[in-house]
Amino acid sequence: MRYAMVIDTLKCVGCSDCVVACQTENDVPIGYCRDWITETVDGTYPNILLELKSERCNHCANAPCVRCCPTGASHIVEGGIVLVTAEECIGCGACIESCPYDARYQHPDGYVDKCTFCHHRLQKGQLPACVSVCPTKCMYFGDLDNPNSEVSLLLKNRKHKTLAPEAGTDPHVFYLI
Amino acid sequence: MIASRRKFIKISALGLGGILASTSALNIFGKNSYLNEKVVKNISKNFKKTATYCEVCFWKCAAWAYTNEKNEIKKIIGNDDDTHCNGRLCPRGTGGVGMYHDEDRLKTPLIRTTINGEETYREASWDEALDLIASKFKTIKETHGAEAIALLKHGSPGSHLEHLFKAFGSDTIAEPAYAQCRGPRETGFGLTFGSWVGSPEPTDIRDTKCLVLIGSHIGENMHNSQVQEMSDAIDNGATIITVDPRFSTAASKSTHWLPIKPATDIALLLSWMHVLIEEELYNKKYVEKYAMGFDELKAHVKQFTPEWAYGITTIKPAEIRKAARAMANAAPATIIHPGRHVTWYGDDTQRSRAIAILNGLLGSWGNRGGFYFKEKIKVPTYPHPAYPEPKWGWHNLGEQYPFAEMGITSEIIKATIPSDDQKHPIKAWVVAGTNLINTLPEREKTIEAINAVDFMVVIDTMPMEITGYADVVLPECTYLERYDGIRSATNRTPSIAVRTPAVKPKYDSKPAWWISKEIGQRLGLEAYFNYNDFEEVIEWQLNKLGTSLDEMKKIGVKNFERTSGPLFLEEDQEYEFATPSGKIEFYSQQLANQGFDPIPVYTHHPEPSQGFYRLNYGRSPMHTFSRTINNPNLSPLKDENTLWVNPKVARILDLKKNQEVWLKNQDNILSTFSIKVRVTERVRWDSVYMYHGFGHNNEKLTRAFGKGISDTELISKVVVDPIMGGTGLRGNFVSILTENPHKNTEI
Ligand code: SF4
Ligand code: SF4
Ligand code: SF4
Repeated sequence: MRYAMVIDTLKCVGCSDCVVACQTENDVPIGYCRDWITETVDGTYPNILLELKSERCNHCANAPCVRCCPTGASHIVEGGIVLVTAEECIGCGACIESCPYDARYQHPDGYVDKCTFCHHRLQKGQLPACVSVCPTKCMYFGDLDNPNSEVSLLLKNRKHKTLAPEAGTDPHVFYLI
Repeated sequence: MIASRRKFIKISALGLGGILASTSALNIFGKNSYLNEKVVKNISKNFKKTATYCEVCFWKCAAWAYTNEKNEIKKIIGNDDDTHCNGRLCPRGTGGVGMYHDEDRLKTPLIRTTINGEETYREASWDEALDLIASKFKTIKETHGAEAIALLKHGSPGSHLEHLFKAFGSDTIAEPAYAQCRGPRETGFGLTFGSWVGSPEPTDIRDTKCLVLIGSHIGENMHNSQVQEMSDAIDNGATIITVDPRFSTAASKSTHWLPIKPATDIALLLSWMHVLIEEELYNKKYVEKYAMGFDELKAHVKQFTPEWAYGITTIKPAEIRKAARAMANAAPATIIHPGRHVTWYGDDTQRSRAIAILNGLLGSWGNRGGFYFKEKIKVPTYPHPAYPEPKWGWHNLGEQYPFAEMGITSEIIKATIPSDDQKHPIKAWVVAGTNLINTLPEREKTIEAINAVDFMVVIDTMPMEITGYADVVLPECTYLERYDGIRSATNRTPSIAVRTPAVKPKYDSKPAWWISKEIGQRLGLEAYFNYNDFEEVIEWQLNKLGTSLDEMKKIGVKNFERTSGPLFLEEDQEYEFATPSGKIEFYSQQLANQGFDPIPVYTHHPEPSQGFYRLNYGRSPMHTFSRTINNPNLSPLKDENTLWVNPKVARILDLKKNQEVWLKNQDNILSTFSIKVRVTERVRWDSVYMYHGFGHNNEKLTRAFGKGISDTELISKVVVDPIMGGTGLRGNFVSILTENPHKNTEI
């Protein structure tokens, strides 16, 4: 089992529904977020390229945040999901510093929080909240170990990229381009 | 200047309010519970699902409101069986929880009063506020007639008030959604196909092969199922053609982007007709069978070559031809989208006609991948006595506009401002669910009218700017806290959806049906409100429709079989359009009879002079106009708008990214607040762009106050559509000021 998320930038409209849905699903305090939207504009009028995409923790296989965590609060569970055990987290913020994606934030209750791939929903057989709300259906989620899963097939058939591959983190959120 | 009898009050008596429920539910879940399967399971088991439909915009998606054991609304999720959302709400619908939680909500009825010479509001009981309204209604009716009380409305609360008004004898009713928004396209399509476009638009986007968007920015407007279907169309490899001076989100998803010079769309549309006809690419069989006026159209567009259009639109002839051929290639599975907010330049009905005619030439209307024949369920009317016949109403106010089909807000404003030739003076207003201040152009006139009315009631959930001008403010509860009318909308298959309360009304707020009924009873109109709770009305109607409230509470939405026939025309089907000729009218005798152009023509519109830029505005996907800017869930996503400026302009004016600037329009109207510059290649050098709805100036909207600029306040010039009274809003020009023009003045 290797969970991965695939996001089609050709369909994402940057509406932020994924951000709001994550917030209400995961009780992310107002003013913080586990996922966010980026917009990149290239070229000059009228030859312009625009890329909109939804970003979050990349659930890296080689996760610097896990390596640098002094208490073991940051850890990797089955399916490659990177999680933080709040009770064990001392809020030192080393992981926040080490993440090349800026995916973690200091929760007002004193621990570090981030995207969990909606671990609690996966356990109930549901898709992550952001994936299931997206109005353009541009987000896909599944098991990369299964060669016939939607995510495996998309990555097989479509051009894609990951973010900051040079950081060597082996990220598991993929972008179709 | 205007005598300021009605001084704007910043809703200042709101001190008593209830206690805000904690939005952080971590205390319920316990720290880190998401790792604890058991806890999660237990908690989610306790979530209660309540059937509702969304009121954050007019799409009205059916949804489930989830409440926890403490009766707090935790999340709202789309109803899987609903064709408006297919189980996926848009960001505003998902963030609808914030409407309920917003601690800035109106909390009690308020009555305008003067204390120590200062106008202010005092809190009042519902009885006192409603008694006052009823007594004013009676006095005004005695002296001026019931017709002199106008209703300006939007959304669900509006329909309850409309019933009250009609029972009382007033049909002086209007909503900005018509003359300030989609009116021209309804009239334009009505004159051509004999049918309004309506909402949701009957566009078969999911099966289209070619979607043409003209200034319509799907993806920035989150008209839910349409956004979803555009995404399907992308997956299916459909050709998307976007005509927009701005590189919109939709433009970025398009096969062809035509960066048109603003205000020249009709020229492009005429040249497309020219290409389709001259190159014989139009759907001959369809046109012959279903349309009339083809010969006149052919003769008319002969002169409108792509070369002619190039000089006007700046779109190269080859591009114009390429796009026309792509449309023809895909036809009849081609949609030239009617758009939604179409009040641009005052010739908007004609532009909508041109769009309709193009669809007619391509055979899109009534064909798969084009427009489907929509159908809706007729909800039986709960029995009540016949409405009295008003002596005059919205028709009379709009009689200057022969094709107006709904009340024109701006005409109500006009009839409210005293003048010598006034036939139908308006003396009082009830404003329900619409923030006229940030909705209507020519703000000075709106305020003049507000100053002139004898009495004004505002019903809203939030202390929007308009509430500050009222004599009585009534706090409506949000859609999550009430029953409302049954949603029945046009779609591929007819459906109904119910709205039932997920929680009790917070603070001392009440549903609009209750407010209407209470006022009605005080006016002796009990017979029109023959129920204790609106629940009974829905129950009665649902029973007539073969279901029940109990069933609907469980399923939320019910889909029915079509009964009006197939979605699309069958091969060679005889079909009569609801036009005078029974055909699609390329040539409109109706328009000719009233002295209008029977076939659209291009008119040149004013251009910005030196130092000025055309003010364009549009939608941000996370907001519904000015309504959601203060929403605690949505505000962090975008709490202020920016001024999009082309880098060339930035260079000339020496503007830096994020620099604070102010705007001054052609009539010397200054923006109240400043706006930050966004230097971007996504706009042309002759226009600036901003998201609509920002720049709130009521301090009681704590998250929205003073953030960004209100485009509406800079729209002081309108060009009225002579056909149906729509107010063209895109002919305003602004200059950019780098120094604060208010430095020495109080704002
Ligand atoms: S919800 Fe979907 S379309 Fe909207 S921003 Fe997120 S990923 Fe993009
Ligand atoms: S997977 Fe879940 S936690 Fe992660 S961004 Fe999406 S909604 Fe948030
Ligand atoms: S489109 Fe969005 S805001 Fe409008 S009704 Fe649907 S969910 Fe609500």
